[in-house]
Amino acid sequence: MERYIGKSVMKGIAIGRIFLYKKRDYQVTDQKVSDPAAEKECLLAAVERAKEQLTRLYEDAMRNVGEDHAAIFDIHRMLLEDEDYLDAAAGEIESGFNAVYAVDRAGTQFAELFAAMDDEYMRGRAADIRDISQRVIRILLDLPEEDICSDEPVVLLAEDLTPSETVKLDKSKILGFVTVKGSANSHTAILARSMNLPALVGVDIPLADELHGKSCVVDGFEGVFLVEPEDGELSRMVVRKNQWVADLEALEKLKGQDNVTKSGKRIDIFANIGNVEDADAACAADAGGIGLFRSEFLYLGRDTFPSEEEQYESYKAVLEKMEGKKVVIRTMDIGADKKVDYFGLEPEENPALGYRAIRICLDREEIFITQLRALYRAAAHGKLAIMFPMIISVEEVERIKQIVDMVRKDLVSEGKPVGDAELGIMIETPAAAVISDKLAKEVDFFSIGTNDLTQYTLAVDRQNQKLEGICDTHHEALLRLIEMTVKNAHEAGIWVGICGELGADTALTEWFLKIGVDELSVAASAVLKVRGAVRALP
Amino acid sequence: MREFSYVIKDPVGLHARPAGLLVKKAGEFTSRITVESGGKSAEAKKLIMLMGLGIKQGAEVICRIEGEDEEAAQEALAKFFEENL
Repeated sequence: MERYIGKSVMKGIAIGRIFLYKKRDYQVTDQKVSDPAAEKECLLAAVERAKEQLTRLYEDAMRNVGEDHAAIFDIHRMLLEDEDYLDAAAGEIESGFNAVYAVDRAGTQFAELFAAMDDEYMRGRAADIRDISQRVIRILLDLPEEDICSDEPVVLLAEDLTPSETVKLDKSKILGFVTVKGSANSHTAILARSMNLPALVGVDIPLADELHGKSCVVDGFEGVFLVEPEDGELSRMVVRKNQWVADLEALEKLKGQDNVTKSGKRIDIFANIGNVEDADAACAADAGGIGLFRSEFLYLGRDTFPSEEEQYESYKAVLEKMEGKKVVIRTMDIGADKKVDYFGLEPEENPALGYRAIRICLDREEIFITQLRALYRAAAHGKLAIMFPMIISVEEVERIKQIVDMVRKDLVSEGKPVGDAELGIMIETPAAAVISDKLAKEVDFFSIGTNDLTQYTLAVDRQNQKLEGICDTHHEALLRLIEMTVKNAHEAGIWVGICGELGADTALTEWFLKIGVDELSVAASAVLKVRGAVRALP
Repeated sequence: MREFSYVIKDPVGLHARPAGLLVKKAGEFTSRITVESGGKSAEAKKLIMLMGLGIKQGAEVICRIEGEDEEAAQEALAKFFEENL
């Protein structure tokens, strides 16, 4: 038995055989050809065959995954009919090059055109151009079409998967995903979540051919991938898998039910999300709204600040997906463990206590103003609430409100449609909890961020594994701060939610209801679990 | 020559799918058809360049049609924009 560790992007357990998916790499070399006319014939024949493949893929995808996912193949086929693209390739051949090189050049040239565009959606189209070029090259080189097919359902093991690879998977033939590369936002992860299949990314496993067909277990709860598991381990996994399936079925029955105790006390259960696609998971889980939309994803993994337009589109997309349900968007919390080069932040001794979140926003207002403009414009498309992180004083809130007023006035005078938004703050520093009576008079709501509130209250670094033993999330000091915050919020007539990990801790659900918490915001995957806990209470 | 202008209402702009449909629609006519927006223009029968215009929601596009079937093309395309974009 071999055991590998990876990052789980979807919980669950899969037991089955490995299907090893390997890209057969090819090399593109520039060769001079003596008969360009014949070479051009080869090119056109290959393009025709590629179009036939795409027509077939389109039809297959229509049957398996539906129009939304199938459309990409229709687009690919049309890209292959594009005169400019074909002319560029033909031009290379006319100057004496071989067809493979010509297609590669044309593909690179047009991919770069899209990669340089300022719109994120259009930048993504560069992958489509590369995809179609690779398809033609494979045909020219007489390589088999990249395909994943198997008679029995399998665990898919791959280096990484591109969108056109993931979309053509026959859903009924996949038990789970394991990739060497990839992140929580990779196509594999998104697909796994939409298919509700266990998936691990970042698994450090050498993709040797002999892995193909071996038995394996994907444990999406623990982030473990077992190859050829021993009998004892295997039977333990079978038990856990059956339990998981039974739990899922029980949770499914809770959809459409209210979050209410037997004695009629109710609470809102919202979802935490980290990007636009997560909103689909929140809807699928029947969340009552979005209690925490972390806006950092817009800033991470890029080289320049996201534009107002780009942010507006993302916020608007989530508001529209939620169809009038409340969406609480937290302004950017960059700094501490989330570093971004183009912010030009200096290294710090104590980043968790350092230059981060609202502290950056109030110091470099241009960053803050861009985000607020995008938020207020998006507010016209749904029920938005804006939340500010890392607050420690009333002065900060006063300053924020001045900037907000200015931004709104500017937008109105520019004639831009602007919506209303509740304004709230995160209670995640002991300072904010202690003066929550004063802060409550300034805002429309509180959301208690228990992760940071725990680490700051207990002076325990939550990323230090050695301290796990003393990082007591039920510590009396923490619970007293929470209770005090809730009481102060209600005395000022504002609502208060919990958006940290603690919100999903069902050992505390009864206590949250008792002290009067109005809303719990939890991972989409925990919404139904918490609903079940609420409904089980007397 | 005929021309008409249209303001894009689709939230994602002239993205791949409607662009593909526009190419198909334009291909039904022999006239030369161009789409202009933000000072750049592209032929409506060429998908890559059309997508390359990066036309977003709220952008004004001017569609120019020149050729034997320009009258029918104008009518069909105006309807297409109205229904799809």
